[in-house]
Amino acid sequence: MLNSKIPSGPLAEKWTEFKGHCKLVNPANKRKLEIIVVGTGLAGASAASSLGELGYKVKAFCFQDSPRRAHSIAAQGGINAAKNYQNDGDSVFRLFYDTIKGGDYRAREANVHRLAEVSGNIIDQCVAAGVPFAREYGGLLSNRSFGGTQVQRTFYAAGQTGQQLLIGAYQSLERQVALGNVDMYARHEMLDIVIIDGKARGIIARNLVTGKLERHFGHAILLCTGGYGNVFYLSTNAMGSNVTAAWKAHLKGAYFGNPCFTQIHPTCIPVSGDHQSKLTLMSESLRNDGRIWVPKKQNDNRRPNEIPEEERDYYLERRYPAFGNLVPRDVASRAAKERCDAGYGVGSSKQAVYLDYADAIHRYGKGEVNKRNLHNVSEEEVVKLGKEVVKEKYGNLFDMYEKITGENPYEVPMRIYPAVHYTMGGLWVDYELMTTVVGLYCLGEANFSDHGANRLGASALMQGLADGYFVIPYTMGNYLADDIMTKAIPTDHPAFVEAEKAVADRINRLMNIKGKQTVESMHKRLGKIMWEKCGMARNEAGLKEAIVEIQALKKEFWRDIRIPGSIEEMNPELDKANRVADFIELGELMCLDALNRRESCGGHFREESQTEEGEAKRNDEEFSYVAAWQYAGEHQWQLHKEALNFEVAKPTQRSYK
Amino acid sequence: MSSNNLNLTLKVWKQKNSQDKGQFETYQVKDISDEMSFLEMFDVLNEKLIAEGKEPVTFDHDCREGICGACSMYIDGKPHGPWLANTVCQLHMRAYKDGDTVTVEPWRANAFPVIKDLMVDRSAFDRIIQAGGYISVNTGNAQDANNIPIEKQLADDSFAAAACIGCGACVAACKNSSAMLFLSAKVSHLALLPQGAIERKTRVLNMIAQMDAEGFGACTNTGACEAVCPKEISLTNIARLNQEYLLAGLTAEK
Repeated sequence: MLNSKIPSGPLAEKWTEFKGHCKLVNPANKRKLEIIVVGTGLAGASAASSLGELGYKVKAFCFQDSPRRAHSIAAQGGINAAKNYQNDGDSVFRLFYDTIKGGDYRAREANVHRLAEVSGNIIDQCVAAGVPFAREYGGLLSNRSFGGTQVQRTFYAAGQTGQQLLIGAYQSLERQVALGNVDMYARHEMLDIVIIDGKARGIIARNLVTGKLERHFGHAILLCTGGYGNVFYLSTNAMGSNVTAAWKAHLKGAYFGNPCFTQIHPTCIPVSGDHQSKLTLMSESLRNDGRIWVPKKQNDNRRPNEIPEEERDYYLERRYPAFGNLVPRDVASRAAKERCDAGYGVGSSKQAVYLDYADAIHRYGKGEVNKRNLHNVSEEEVVKLGKEVVKEKYGNLFDMYEKITGENPYEVPMRIYPAVHYTMGGLWVDYELMTTVVGLYCLGEANFSDHGANRLGASALMQGLADGYFVIPYTMGNYLADDIMTKAIPTDHPAFVEAEKAVADRINRLMNIKGKQTVESMHKRLGKIMWEKCGMARNEAGLKEAIVEIQALKKEFWRDIRIPGSIEEMNPELDKANRVADFIELGELMCLDALNRRESCGGHFREESQTEEGEAKRNDEEFSYVAAWQYAGEHQWQLHKEALNFEVAKPTQRSYK
Repeated sequence: MSSNNLNLTLKVWKQKNSQDKGQFETYQVKDISDEMSFLEMFDVLNEKLIAEGKEPVTFDHDCREGICGACSMYIDGKPHGPWLANTVCQLHMRAYKDGDTVTVEPWRANAFPVIKDLMVDRSAFDRIIQAGGYISVNTGNAQDANNIPIEKQLADDSFAAAACIGCGACVAACKNSSAMLFLSAKVSHLALLPQGAIERKTRVLNMIAQMDAEGFGACTNTGACEAVCPKEISLTNIARLNQEYLLAGLTAEK
């Protein structure tokens, strides 16, 4: 039933083989083919510009006021590539292997190998387009290390790597807009897919400024709409990040892959109160130099600087001596939760651990003393020099921490706690990135394909740009080459009319509820259920309760929400209601998927399945598959399994000790 | 430690759409925590307004971590409010005292028409980028990245200019509504790099022509833009832009 279309042949030759034999569309025909790209983050902007360059007629849509604001912009730490510029033993194979292992053997080998193969091209492309990566004094590119790996393969631009990469892709996109190859529709939100004769042929979009619905035809449609972390209400996602486009596609037949695979990032600024609207990440790169600890004594209320060295528990270094503070995110998050649950947490909420830079400041200070050949340097002077080095490396992150918390992280350790950050699950796609709806593709975080059950740091930017720059321009040819005789379908076709009417009816229904509760308050309640019962640890009883609670919440939502204003105007509350309604339905499916997967793997930790040391315990015999869920009516889903075959990276118990 | 005792008076610009004349509305907010962000204080206000059956205040915001550039409030006469090198979303309520009155307006510039309340249309910035704010390179087999060594200082300067978030505070702060700091940041980012130097002449001429066509005003070097820029984009970028423009004007072929 599910055909992943993985090319035959040895793993390392599959992509080359595919490129050598996939179908091509001649330039004259490309001009007649129209492609819709929804979402303009790294995946969408790179796809839209690359396809525009090839000569396709592209329409790109984003809900923000400009494609430059997509949430890829907030990625801080870096982007991986198997360049081996550091001569430290890196290779395409190692990047492939680390990513498969980091994903706890729940990703597809062929996709991940392709990702590793094109990773170097991404860096070349970005530099050619003017992305100002960090450099060494010799003028060559600088690298740093990230969690889950033992080589330095991460390229970066201070703590703003996502921003610089997105600006690069955005500029390429705007160039294509200027050349007339891409039509850009900002402040537009996709609200349905139009399917004609079993193929995706268009979308219904809402102009968020006027509130009017629009119909757009495309020979093919690309969803590049990011992840769904905001189902938890509090996450590191932008306020507008949502699942709506992917969810509409799901309701129209696209299977949803591994929805329960959520990444909880270990280093975020803790929640400060009920007013909190979002959580802020502190880049994983901080774990390169910072040391994570809690007091050895429970409920220790002393200030961090008053706790002597021997009374501190550097629990990651203690439990995982080989990787120490650089264990993968899922492992680091669970370890923090374990300490806090056991009563060792710090700060007023006791739901936090320390990330301490005192050692690093001292070490860098000494380094500067040696480099500058200084003598008789006082301790204060060493610390001052060290702070300067730390400021250059992480200054913007330290500033951000101080703005939010009012504390100076150069003087006192930062308080951090895990928060929802990324979703590995997403629409199921085959090797060509096509969903189970013919002609409908899904790229970047919105698809499920490359990160298994846990994503390694600095891999999201890599995947978004790999899909957009180097995969989709090839794989689309296989579909479009057979579609060159299809003329543009007029948007007065009954399928367009019907889809638009369904969207309009739903909006009218929402506006006419005229109940008492705000959308925001309902979203918070959904988030609380998800965080408590489908968050960092999950168990059968909790998940069953969550499903019942979410079903009840859905009824309440459709009975009692209040949306101010009217339809045909800028109305952010209506936009939000549309999105939250979809999050509620997704939340149920996530719990169902988590319930079905009676094993622990990566970010999915089922309390019933753990080793004696409390590590995630996989069950490869029963669960070495991708769970692809088919929508079958309200509260109904059918499970399809794509078996995962590991020919090269043989699954073992992950160990970072 | 936190306190929840701020009661504030807000004077907020309300404008139904681009045609509407608009006016200030006065609101009271109570029991605001000093740990809240300024936008979370607006969330509290909006929840209250919706509960009372009134229209909430519309404003642009997205990442709420100071990098997307969406948020854009003019607070007590300053774009992004009282803190230096900061966006509204990172402004926290410990900046205010109980009993304060705070006035909030949208960016005001002809080239940024108001869409609703505090939300403006900044698509003019995208069109300036379309006029040349890029390097004309297609996706494909670019040469190995380390084949283009770049002096660290140049790369750092280019990055500092590229850190612009396109929020438009520079325009809002300028008495002439000039977009020169925004434009100069992009010209500097690209012209400082060897990859971008090739198109430097056409880029600067076309981008300036587009800026003028959009209705942004002229630069008189008062530095109001630099003072409010959340990313501390330096005025030296404008000097570099002028230099690029002069050079291009003297030597360009058309």
